[in-house]
Amino acid sequence: MSLSANDKANVTAIWKKILPKSDDIGDQALSRMLTVYPQTKTYFAHFADLSPGSPQVRKHGDIIMNKIDDCVNHMDDLFPYLSGLSDLHATKLRIDPANFKILAHNLLVVVAAYLPNDFTPEVHLSVDKFLQQVALALAEKYR
Amino acid sequence: MVEWTDFERETIKSIFGKLDYDEVGLAALCRCLVVYPWTQRYFGNFGNLYNADAINANPMVAAHGKVVLNGLDKAVKNMDNIKGTYAELSVLHSEKLRVDPDNFRLLADCLTIVVAARMGADFTAEVQAAFQKFLAVVVSSLCRQYY
Repeated sequence: MSLSANDKANVTAIWKKILPKSDDIGDQALSRMLTVYPQTKTYFAHFADLSPGSPQVRKHGDIIMNKIDDCVNHMDDLFPYLSGLSDLHATKLRIDPANFKILAHNLLVVVAAYLPNDFTPEVHLSVDKFLQQVALALAEKYR
Repeated sequence: MVEWTDFERETIKSIFGKLDYDEVGLAALCRCLVVYPWTQRYFGNFGNLYNADAINANPMVAAHGKVVLNGLDKAVKNMDNIKGTYAELSVLHSEKLRVDPDNFRLLADCLTIVVAARMGADFTAEVQAAFQKFLAVVVSSLCRQYY
């Protein structure tokens, strides 16, 4: 399910509106994931405070979201661009790739809540495909 | 037997009490057919599903969205026995309609996003958790009679 020119245009367009609120959106998406899918908390046993809005969760939401923001500029070379991060996730973090889907879902929910008029079904489709490609690129080195 | 907290019961009743079933039914089904186009396989007789605008304007999609939301309403009114409430619907979806149960999850995700878009900041993480738990119980009950 690779990205068409239309998908790339949709993602680029909506990300212009996402960027100014990127930190909040990233924080929200991660917090929601930890609340709505508590099994994801198993990956954060080393965080002192997992409550929504906690400084560690906020910081981590920022890190993830900033990277996703960067990926918007690399839609044509996602796999090489994420190669190093894929190594990290495969060898050190070893997060089950099913969780990328879970985080993606929560990111879509937050974007829908923040930008209801812009997040049309067509845009939703393109963003979903984009996040799926990011997830694939991240899982590339797993085995 | 599913345990519901008071917060979860109130949240579900409150959300559904405020939804326009016609509008949200169409929005959720339309989104599902657009974002996951393979779901269109179940609607071969719906006519024009050629693009998002056509799907959104299609009266059969609107009618079916309404059917789905009214079906969900049964669960809202019978939260302590969703399994029993959906026994016949489960048989219908497995034996007659032959819907791959994964599609229920896809539609549930689309409905979550449609509700999030309408509720904005009121769709907090806790509200989302309650809503998704409710939909998960509904989906599980619909899957029960598959074999």
